[in-house]
Amino acid sequence: MAKVRLVQGNEACALGALKAGATFYAGYPITPSTEIAEHMAEMMPACGGKFIQMEDEIGSIGAIIGASCTGAKSFTATSGPGFSLMQELVGYAAITEVPIVVVDVQRMGPSTGLPTLSSQGDIQQARWGSHGDHSLIAIAPSSVMETYYETINAFNLAEKYRTPVIFLLDEEIGHLRERFEVEDDEKVEIIDRKKPTCDPKDYVPYSNAEPDGVPAMANFGDGYRYHVTGLTHNEKGFYSSSLPVVDAFNRRLTDKIENAVDDIFKYEEFHVDDCDILLIAYGSVARSAQEAMLELREEGYKVGLLRPITIWPFHDKLIAKACAGKKAVIVPEMNLGQYAREVSRVAPSDVPVLPLCRVDSELIIPEEVVELVKEVAK
Amino acid sequence: MKKWKIRLSGTGGQGVIKAAVILAEGALIDGSNATQSQVYGPESRGGSTRAEVNISDKQILFPKVESPNMLLCMSVEAYEKYLKDLIPGGILILDGDLGLNDDLSQYKVYRVPITVLAREKVGNELAANVVALGVLNGIAKTVSDDAMIESLQRNFKAKIFDLNVKAYQIGLNAVKEM
Repeated sequence: MAKVRLVQGNEACALGALKAGATFYAGYPITPSTEIAEHMAEMMPACGGKFIQMEDEIGSIGAIIGASCTGAKSFTATSGPGFSLMQELVGYAAITEVPIVVVDVQRMGPSTGLPTLSSQGDIQQARWGSHGDHSLIAIAPSSVMETYYETINAFNLAEKYRTPVIFLLDEEIGHLRERFEVEDDEKVEIIDRKKPTCDPKDYVPYSNAEPDGVPAMANFGDGYRYHVTGLTHNEKGFYSSSLPVVDAFNRRLTDKIENAVDDIFKYEEFHVDDCDILLIAYGSVARSAQEAMLELREEGYKVGLLRPITIWPFHDKLIAKACAGKKAVIVPEMNLGQYAREVSRVAPSDVPVLPLCRVDSELIIPEEVVELVKEVAK
Repeated sequence: MKKWKIRLSGTGGQGVIKAAVILAEGALIDGSNATQSQVYGPESRGGSTRAEVNISDKQILFPKVESPNMLLCMSVEAYEKYLKDLIPGGILILDGDLGLNDDLSQYKVYRVPITVLAREKVGNELAANVVALGVLNGIAKTVSDDAMIESLQRNFKAKIFDLNVKAYQIGLNAVKEM
């Protein structure tokens, strides 16, 4: 049996990255993500990988995109201010379809904000921070163990869909220490990018012909020569302004993720079918919501919880169905209603969606949820 | 059923987060569930620091401690800030003269010169956090002594392990002698 250890969320993220096969980390340490860089500085070289402390966050994300082009599973970790700086190159990774994982341990913003204190304020930034239409994947775990397994999932999805994956820890989970015990670690699925099998001269690096919308990716040095550019490009990888080429390319960038939402979207549910009032919560706040739900059900209130683990892509159909017929849907979160906005967008018009927002840097406590449910149930 | 909600508080640099880590890992070694979290400011020394540990036989959802049933205060600022959160009847551990003139009759108060013991009996003021763990565990066995010793071993380098075991025992003894 694996030895039980007390492990911090940030460390679990570092361990998950190694398990997923990450061999390259470039970063610029920032609170509350610093422990990830510290662990990587120690563990990466020991595992034969590379750790580079970069001059800033722009350099960091540039380095991991380059490293990923050579075939190395690559990632960086940062927090709000650094994540803001990285946005242009998040878009670059999206348009060049280079798999990367960007860990954002959310802290209170905007700007320098409260560096050591918690927030879930980057939910919309993760999706829309970089300009232009594209989709991407974002994941928000609720526990230290889940951080480990979902970090592995983040790398798998980045490879499978050739996309940036934003790993949205919040300070509470990043700095929380709790039980860490890995069993059957050898059974964990590890996904690697699809590589071309054709003759190099026949390689179409940005082919639109793949059924899943994800072209095979050759690594630098594999003998497949191709062009990587942030300009909108044709299937060969060269600049194009041809209207049908641009249209097809832009649609594929979004569709390859959005059309796969059933495969990507993960969640946990409790009494969703058997409740009048539904809570929807993610990350650290989901723990408060679950505790509130248990307390309320003991008192006879019909409350349920849906906990999205995948934040983006948003599962319109699944969330809409979960909301249907409820007396109210409550979305507690440590921001001013960023996820509630999405829930409102898809919830049936006769179902009120009530944000429960806290932006004073403290974690929402179960009692706040309990109070609001009781008020709504009246 | 075991359910401890412990808050350790002091000033930055006193090692209260480290103490909380040792305590929580000890609880895991005992087979309990535990969460450990902390709140601190941007400064690396000074400012008030609070570290929290939940210990339970059940799954722990809300990971923080809003209303502790045990509170350790290692600085005036922390004492003034966090006393109000302690539940009535809760265990209050005070380093030295903290709150000497206050009415604390609604709590179980244990006043121990933790920092002085670390400096004079252990020979290193930096060990005050582990002396405090000894005091805490001498008052209520939140974690078994064996698990605590193993946790000390996991969390300190070999060359300062013996010093910290000594600090822990000095803390335990200070309670016995009360």
